[in-house]
Amino acid sequence: MNQRYIPRTLAVAAVLIVYSAPAHAMHIAEGILPVKWAGLWLLLSIPFLLIGVRELKRRGMGSPHYKALVGLVGAAVFIISCMPIPVPIVGSCSHPCGTGIAAIIIGPWVTVVVTSVALLLQALFMAHGGLSTFGADVFSMGVAGAFVGYGSFKLGTRLGMPVVIAAFLAGVTSDWATYFVTSIELSTALGTSASWSNMLAMILIAFMPTQIPLGIFEGFLAAGAYKFIYSRRPELLKSLDTSVSIGGVK
Amino acid sequence: MRRKTGMVVCISLVFLSSFTAMAFSADWAGVDETVVEKFAEEAGRSPRAPYINTDQGDLLLFVFLLAGAVGGFIGGYYFRFLFHENKLTAANG
Repeated sequence: MNQRYIPRTLAVAAVLIVYSAPAHAMHIAEGILPVKWAGLWLLLSIPFLLIGVRELKRRGMGSPHYKALVGLVGAAVFIISCMPIPVPIVGSCSHPCGTGIAAIIIGPWVTVVVTSVALLLQALFMAHGGLSTFGADVFSMGVAGAFVGYGSFKLGTRLGMPVVIAAFLAGVTSDWATYFVTSIELSTALGTSASWSNMLAMILIAFMPTQIPLGIFEGFLAAGAYKFIYSRRPELLKSLDTSVSIGGVK
Repeated sequence: MRRKTGMVVCISLVFLSSFTAMAFSADWAGVDETVVEKFAEEAGRSPRAPYINTDQGDLLLFVFLLAGAVGGFIGGYYFRFLFHENKLTAANG
């Protein structure tokens, strides 16, 4: 390794290790969702996962760098979704999700796969989420976060926004979509048929003070990461052609 | 120069937010506790212990440290492959 990279790498590693501490946020803990709701969210997530695996195989064969990029993005999603960020104005912590930036780099379907792997490891070994709530967590963070972020990016670029602004938008909307869907999952499972909309409103209001600033932070994170790749290896983003990402169909 | 300034600003913000956190002496619980578990408990659905419960003493810190190190290594390995080695190959080739 080039000598001048060593201090920089060590500094980044030290910051990551110091700040790598337990954080729980959108993860719904073991046992919170009744079985029928947990099963429903799992069933809804499975088709996305299957298409994602197929997409990963297809793209992996087409581009030699794609699997390396998926490995890099997967590690980033895993670390980002464990990283607690204190929000001083409310005095609580939450974590970004990383699915917005993942979706615009490797595509939304494969983002569902890498998110599922990250969530499964967290549920199994890190007391973070749960096996019974795995489907709900995958749906909120993997499916909603990835597709809303990707959709925002595509919409932004089609409206003529600079790609960095579109990436910022992807980061913000993917974070907010994740917490919006988590609120729906909680309110539908925990509220009665008469009260679920009230509960949804209350949960959303409770999430807002933490997630509005954190979503904006995630937007900057996504814009910075996208700009980094765009300025150094633009061919990686071009060769992936993320517009061809709906299960291989344009 | 701009990149270095950006890095210094980012790292300063991270440290500043931690110090601000201590100064405000809030409990800094995650929103899982303050929102998810609060609403779940009000609805009579308390969370139960995970099947593999690493949330015991400092064990969880160890697991997070290990996960951070492994995740960091994997990310660094692919980062180097994508942004350093291939750049050199392209420049030499």
